[in-house]
Amino acid sequence: MIPETAPVWPIIAALGIGTFLIRFSFLGLVGDRPLPEWLLRFLRYTPVAVLPGLVAPLVLWPAATGGDPDPARLAAAFATLAAGLATRNVLAAIGAGLVTLYTVLWWLG
Amino acid sequence: MPSSTPDFPTTATPRRAFLRGVRAGAPFILVIAPFGLLFGVVGTEAGLNLAEVMGFTVLVIAGAAQFTAVQLMADNAPTVIVLATALAVNLRMAMYSASLVPHLGAAPLWQRAFAAYGLVDQTYAASILEYDRDPSLSVPARMAYFAGCFLIVSPFWYGATLAGALVGTAIPPAFALDFAIPITFLAMIAPALRTLAHVAAAVVSISATLLLAGMPYGTGLLVAAVLAMATGAGVESMMARRT
Repeated sequence: MIPETAPVWPIIAALGIGTFLIRFSFLGLVGDRPLPEWLLRFLRYTPVAVLPGLVAPLVLWPAATGGDPDPARLAAAFATLAAGLATRNVLAAIGAGLVTLYTVLWWLG
Repeated sequence: MPSSTPDFPTTATPRRAFLRGVRAGAPFILVIAPFGLLFGVVGTEAGLNLAEVMGFTVLVIAGAAQFTAVQLMADNAPTVIVLATALAVNLRMAMYSASLVPHLGAAPLWQRAFAAYGLVDQTYAASILEYDRDPSLSVPARMAYFAGCFLIVSPFWYGATLAGALVGTAIPPAFALDFAIPITFLAMIAPALRTLAHVAAAVVSISATLLLAGMPYGTGLLVAAVLAMATGAGVESMMARRT
């Protein structure tokens, strides 16, 4: 339980402002000024540099199984990626992932 | 999503871009709704009142950081630690912000402030991948696309948190909706792996994050992301020199 004395609202306010400033940072301050070519080249890879790393631990060590690799989740991740690469269609990939997840979960009981 | 040829020509008006943004954001409801519901339940069980739970969800609007903050407050951690840790979890968003500059930097300040408020993993992923796919989009069309993504997912975030706080029941783990997060992100990333440089960046991102998993509060991900961006940029330069 959160103690009665915890400064809940100051924490909410500080986190709200701090998180906004993190998000606003470059977008707000740099604005329309041109960025150097080397930096643009770097930034082009931001989504493929962050998102795979964000999901990798969730795929290999899902909290739902206490961090143990799970055949259904591994198969679902693989199916999603394969369908995404093959069809280049996001909804088809999500569908393939969910169908695989539930099929293997049901199959392994 | 229409088929994604890299230089797909566009005549997208902001209105059409907005609707496409809505469509691109819609699958994320599958992620946002259970996550919001869970925060409502966990926050209430930890002793937050309804206003406080909603304060987190509306003002901070960052699921992972909110769970971290509530957990640390329940553990009676000092306020400074609560703030530093939860903000560290959000630091990756500075990278998102930087990578949006070439696409949205020319928009009016109030629109950039709105995009900053709504900059979460899902709106970022959907928007940046669309901007990369279709470089001919105008700045107002890009902003409209972002707004479409945000406005379709955010009501589910607020509403699900409210429902979780009021009803007190999350979706049973048997539904395995925890895995909607990896599935939706993987589905978005796969079509973006267009060149060797993109694939190399993704491989470095995955291996480095797993190797650095021992680093606290998502900081391993930040290091891995910088290494992966450098890899992508390096491979791109190398390929350009060879041709």
